[in-house]
Amino acid sequence: MLAENVAAYLFLIPAFAVLFVFKLLPAIYAIYMSLFKWDIIQGAFRGIDNYTDVLFGSRAEAWWRSLSTTFTYAAITIPFEIAFGLVIAYVLFQKMRGRGIYRTIFYLPYITSTVAAAAVFEWIFHPQYGLLNNILASFGAGPLRFLQEPDGIFQMIGSRFGLAIPDWAAGPSLALTSVAIFSIWHFLGFQIVIFLAGLGNIPAEYYEAARLDGASTRKIFTSITLPLLSPQIFFVFTIATIGVLRSFNEIFVLTNGGPLDTSRTTTMLVFRTFFQQGQIGLGSAMGVLLTIVILLFTLVQFRILERRVQYG
Amino acid sequence: MNAQTTIPRTAVRSLRRPPLPPISSSLARHAILIAVGAVVAYPFYFMVSSSLKPFFEAIQVPPTVIPQELHPENYAEAWNKAPWARYFANTFLIAGVNTVGELITSVPAAYAFARINFKGKTLLFTILLATYMMPAEATLIPNYVMMAKPIPGQSAIFPILRLGLYDTYQAQILPFLASAVSIFLLRQQFLSVPNELHDAARMDGAGHFRFLWSVVLPISVPALVTVAILSFYGSWNAFQWPLIVTSNPDIRPVQVGLNAFRAEAGSSYHLLMAAAAFVVAPIVLLYLVGQRYLVQGVARTGIRG
Repeated sequence: MLAENVAAYLFLIPAFAVLFVFKLLPAIYAIYMSLFKWDIIQGAFRGIDNYTDVLFGSRAEAWWRSLSTTFTYAAITIPFEIAFGLVIAYVLFQKMRGRGIYRTIFYLPYITSTVAAAAVFEWIFHPQYGLLNNILASFGAGPLRFLQEPDGIFQMIGSRFGLAIPDWAAGPSLALTSVAIFSIWHFLGFQIVIFLAGLGNIPAEYYEAARLDGASTRKIFTSITLPLLSPQIFFVFTIATIGVLRSFNEIFVLTNGGPLDTSRTTTMLVFRTFFQQGQIGLGSAMGVLLTIVILLFTLVQFRILERRVQYG
Repeated sequence: MNAQTTIPRTAVRSLRRPPLPPISSSLARHAILIAVGAVVAYPFYFMVSSSLKPFFEAIQVPPTVIPQELHPENYAEAWNKAPWARYFANTFLIAGVNTVGELITSVPAAYAFARINFKGKTLLFTILLATYMMPAEATLIPNYVMMAKPIPGQSAIFPILRLGLYDTYQAQILPFLASAVSIFLLRQQFLSVPNELHDAARMDGAGHFRFLWSVVLPISVPALVTVAILSFYGSWNAFQWPLIVTSNPDIRPVQVGLNAFRAEAGSSYHLLMAAAAFVVAPIVLLYLVGQRYLVQGVARTGIRG
């Protein structure tokens, strides 16, 4: 037994040494640093003052606005990701010619790096030379400023029809919406992979039985496929929410949080605070708060997985 | 909490395909797929076609769908405008070491969790789970501070460990030498190795190391390839971390180089598209070769990138 223990610990040391230094220790440091005034170098102990500054004080406006922007971003991205992913996975699942080619194409955006893909989209969204404005022009509409447009999309649609939309209903800025369009394109392959795996787990007998009973295609989809896919749908929902809470690259590259901070998500705010403004203490407090929000979603996700394994 | 049930698997029991009810006709299905496929693939076509156009054609309004003139020499021009050879060499080095290193740390750890009963197993597994749940955002700032040089006159160990690795390869490698996800994935595989094999090896007097090396690993090649591909893919596309811990182009990876090139290229859009194309090319190749493993890895781990 002793030998077994020694063998196990020897096997575990390399991985745990790395995880200890670069995961566990930093997690403790993050809390430690968040308790100090720490502008590039460590300053005076502040207790929870950094947190109160972020939640209620000098940074509260930026903080809450960034959270609202982040969840708005989630709200205009995730439903479309799930809907498109579901439909395409459903169509792709069946035996048909060229399925492999279709799959390869649909996964392609997902494996492409954000920086390269964003460089292409920046041009597609370009106010002057962009493809989208070209298409709009052929319908006699536009041009739009896309990634540079701080106005809310509902406001823009309203003013097109001569309606005055109040500020609170202005909607996400066109810039944030454009980032969302990019994001939907970029992650489509991920949802398809997950939904295809889920479809593979639905027993064929269910379909056969339903068909023998004369159920229509739509009926089969809504009463068999959708309910049996619900674990995957919840999984994609939570993991996509976590993904949005953590998203940085596409926003940094496409809008850098602008215009007028309308796409400044929480990760962008944290990045600016600690990296560009050198306010490490405040940034750490924001980071800890963001981590708590992410962990809440992670716990929900684990709960779902656990339940599914037990009863599924 | 039973650790067994919390492994983030998205249930890929098999990829067998029972017949689904047909959507009205196969023609309709192809129509949907071709329409969506065209929209999905268009940016790639746009990237490649723009990269072959001359300067004025690339920014022409409306854009030409098929390049009027082909200028493959754009690629050479883009290549010579920035230290791409260096960026690529750096990325291959970093991604290569990360991939090998992650396998070296994950394999024994996964084996220990799958096949050895030891004291403190539950505790260590819970810690592993905690590091898995900890998002990179939680550790970004402290890791960044740790990479800075020790402040003269202050301890390099307390209160904050100062590694002084800013602007080095090590800073881009060390934090990624172990991953909880890889350990989970391999553990799952190692658990599926039949106990009889283990008993037989024991009877022959083989210890854990020999059993792992000569029995478990050879039958786990697909899982190892999956872990390796996911790890390589992650390193190849890494952006935020190298962006903040490096400033010297000599050690920066391709993604950070491409981001810098966006500014350098200015309105030379055809050159930017050529650069984007050669930055994307290796990972697309890897994907075409190892699609099965990558897809399986994504389905099993739920890594969303």
